[in-house]
Amino acid sequence: MRKTTKNNLITFGGTLILCVVLGILMQAGKLNSMTTGLMVTIGIYIIASTSLNLTVGVLGELSLGHAGFMCIGAFSSATVSTLMINGGAPNWLSFAVAIIFGAIMAAILGFLIGIPVMRLRGDYLAIVTLGFGEILKSLFNNIYITSDKNGLHFGFTNPPKNIDASTKLEILRGPKGTSAPDLTNFWVVAAVLLICLIILMTFIDSKSGRACMAVRDNYIAAQSVGINVTKFRLMAFTLSAAIAGAAGALYMHSLANMLPKKFDYNLSILILVYVVLGGLGSLRGSIIATIVLYAIPELLRGINQNIVNYRMLIYAIILICLMLWKNAPVFINMREKIKAKCKKSKTADLTSGGAEA
Amino acid sequence: MSELEKNTPEVQGENTAVEQKAAETSEKSSAPMLEVRELSIQFGGLRAVDGLNLKIKKHQLYGLIGPNGAGKTTVFNMLTGVYKPTSGAIFLDGVNITGKSPVEINKSGIARTFQNIRLFKEMSVLDNVKVGMQNSTKYTTIEGILRLPRYFKEEKLMTERAIELLKVFELDGEKDALSANLPYGKQRKLEIARALATNPKLLLLDEPAAGMNPNETEELMNTIRFVRDKFDMTILLIEHDMKLVSGICEELTVLNFGQELAQGETSAVLNDPKVITAYLGD
Amino acid sequence: MSFISNLLNGISLGSIYALIALGYTMVYGIAKMLNFAHGDIIMVGGYAAFITMAANWCPLWLSMVITVAVCTVLGVVIEKVAYRPLRSSPPLAVLITAIGVSYLLQNIALLTQTANPKTFTSIAAGAPPFLQVFSGKGAVFFKANPYQDEGLKPVLTVSMETFLAIVVSVIIMIALTLFINKTKAGRAMMACSEDRGAAQLMGINVNATISLTFAIGSALAAVAAVLMCSAYPQISPYTGSMPGIKAFVAAVFGGIGSIPGAMIGGVLLGVIEILSKFYISSQLSDAIVFMVLIVMLIVRPTGIMGKKISEKV
Repeated sequence: MRKTTKNNLITFGGTLILCVVLGILMQAGKLNSMTTGLMVTIGIYIIASTSLNLTVGVLGELSLGHAGFMCIGAFSSATVSTLMINGGAPNWLSFAVAIIFGAIMAAILGFLIGIPVMRLRGDYLAIVTLGFGEILKSLFNNIYITSDKNGLHFGFTNPPKNIDASTKLEILRGPKGTSAPDLTNFWVVAAVLLICLIILMTFIDSKSGRACMAVRDNYIAAQSVGINVTKFRLMAFTLSAAIAGAAGALYMHSLANMLPKKFDYNLSILILVYVVLGGLGSLRGSIIATIVLYAIPELLRGINQNIVNYRMLIYAIILICLMLWKNAPVFINMREKIKAKCKKSKTADLTSGGAEA
Repeated sequence: MSELEKNTPEVQGENTAVEQKAAETSEKSSAPMLEVRELSIQFGGLRAVDGLNLKIKKHQLYGLIGPNGAGKTTVFNMLTGVYKPTSGAIFLDGVNITGKSPVEINKSGIARTFQNIRLFKEMSVLDNVKVGMQNSTKYTTIEGILRLPRYFKEEKLMTERAIELLKVFELDGEKDALSANLPYGKQRKLEIARALATNPKLLLLDEPAAGMNPNETEELMNTIRFVRDKFDMTILLIEHDMKLVSGICEELTVLNFGQELAQGETSAVLNDPKVITAYLGD
Repeated sequence: MSFISNLLNGISLGSIYALIALGYTMVYGIAKMLNFAHGDIIMVGGYAAFITMAANWCPLWLSMVITVAVCTVLGVVIEKVAYRPLRSSPPLAVLITAIGVSYLLQNIALLTQTANPKTFTSIAAGAPPFLQVFSGKGAVFFKANPYQDEGLKPVLTVSMETFLAIVVSVIIMIALTLFINKTKAGRAMMACSEDRGAAQLMGINVNATISLTFAIGSALAAVAAVLMCSAYPQISPYTGSMPGIKAFVAAVFGGIGSIPGAMIGGVLLGVIEILSKFYISSQLSDAIVFMVLIVMLIVRPTGIMGKKISEKV
């Protein structure tokens, strides 16, 4: 079997088993509500971090606006699910349509934003994605959608007027946030997570994924072998946005009230921390890093309240140290020396072992 | 349509001119694989390449030589669309490809290697070659994500072809290694394999022997000849190693300060006093 | 009159952005990296000024000196510890490290100063406004309202803070331009930003020059911190991040690496922000600022004064 296939199967199988085991424990009533809530949130963060890894790890570009795509997914899905349930559609159908709608809206925005953004590289791309993330957040901070018997009413910066009071249904309420129906549960998150994982893995391990990595490693060489650089960058960026949109949809329906300002630059950075600490380009790394970095401080909260406050401080230090350890020539040399030493002692062991035998 | 109208007379005019010349010199009547006419490029006030003419016949091994800074790599960059020429025209197999993008030019049949090796460093040796086969692989991204039968069929075919190519360069044993971890000489070979994977008509090699020892160079010469014969390839190469140039190139063009200094059969050009002066100084 | 007042406020805010943008652009020009933590150095400067100004023993001038010193040292230390080892590393690693440093500073501030914003006492507290214009009576400079008794209110007021921000920024920019063009160290900086390798071969101490760049950039950030916290009298651990990002936008807008570009970009961005806040929507002003950046990068990616850089093949 090919190494990539094997790796993917291990990652997918591990995630599947983890989901099933946790699900069974949950159904058996062995987990308290706090833990179940934690599982849902972590699942959503995993979807977000694996999708960001497509942009950062596979495409090699730092996107600082991932929360913006979650934001689109969240608020567009909330609009759909609220309206469908209000119109009498069953919950499961409304939620499925809402998640897909959220992902599609995020994909469309991702594509449109990607057209100018993917012409840039490096620092410029990072700052522009950050800008787009902030723009999306401020937009949803100003959008009002209200429905009544006459249909939908939109407002920008101010709530719409002349609403029929008896059939009034506020959906998006600008900075006051949105209360979507509480539909997200562990099984839905697990299902969406597994589907997204499959999509990411099969995309990366196909000719399109290879093209993206080629562009990452050397775009001039990629062009020289006939790869349309912009096309594949745009493709990966759009896919990454779509999956982030699905994560946003799940997030929205897991909280009683969601404020647009939750999807700010800090959320993008938090997800980026998971991706970087998990390892660029490694989906398994993103999954493990998200679980560990999110769950440990939460679980330690019971022991010491202050731990949570120190969480971001510790992440920041780990982030800096990891980057230095991996990239600074001083440490690279040190690592190689250690490696060489280990190899030497290993071969020495082998030869001495051989002599004894 | 308008572009066609614009191009056709030129191409026809070119063909007749070629035919006339061919009739005069009573050589093969076929059009050259690559024809470069009055190619020039200007960077600011500097004319890096000035009025270059080249004609490379099919199946030929052609060398482009010259002192450092003569504009050789700039010529390659124009041929492959990295730079847009200021004036002049490039015809590949009779088709005008002047000013097209690198991607279009690769699709129309020119592949290249780079002076400073540009591999996909974080990818395996096999994947480097498979990236080269991107455009000849016939499955869509959706088919790839859904893992439809065509994905498996095409991937299998692709892998087989890639391994065959790697065998030519004796790289099949390291197909799963990261390309960045290959020794220097093998990296150069992998770059050639990757270029060949795009099914080109014309292969451009930019200093293929740079940084190699005499034994490796000798081996490389054999490989280049072998590639030319096995794939029926036309090859244009830039090289400083005179042993390699005189050993395998059939014809040469010498560039100096962006202008053609000499052109013709290898032995004649290398004995040309002008060329010797350019290389060794007065 | 309200337009003139807004315009002046815009120029004042823009001067502060320009000071911050200068730090970005100088560092980008020489170290070829986006120093994400630059905004947080402003925040640290704000707290340094806040704490020293609150202390009884510390006169205002000393507190300013301490603020500048703290920021300068911080900037140099960050460069030495976090950025210098990564100078030849891939840009992605450097950018992530810079984000890490930014987060580190923010979280240290969060833990030591709490998230609650504190009220900053303006350095011009108690001083009369710089200028007041009364309809029919003309202008009054540096004086409290002389027509208070008549119940006459000024139609245009320019506060001392606004005035100080503009004047101080102009002085600093002139001094910086002179420093770069006339002194040996300044020319060394230019040489490093042009071609680091060549500069090194010519005997320029590249490490010292980069340290100097970070020192100057951080000192400018300290001045910007004091001016900004005086004009918008509040300080919190997040004070620096938005102005920092906006100043980077200003630097890109003006053409990254270009010093006059940073000045023009900063002032323009400040004016755009204040005018859009007033005439379009106060909630959307940040979005508009970023739209400006995006449009700029699409239309002219090198900014107003930037040079085109293309990769050698």
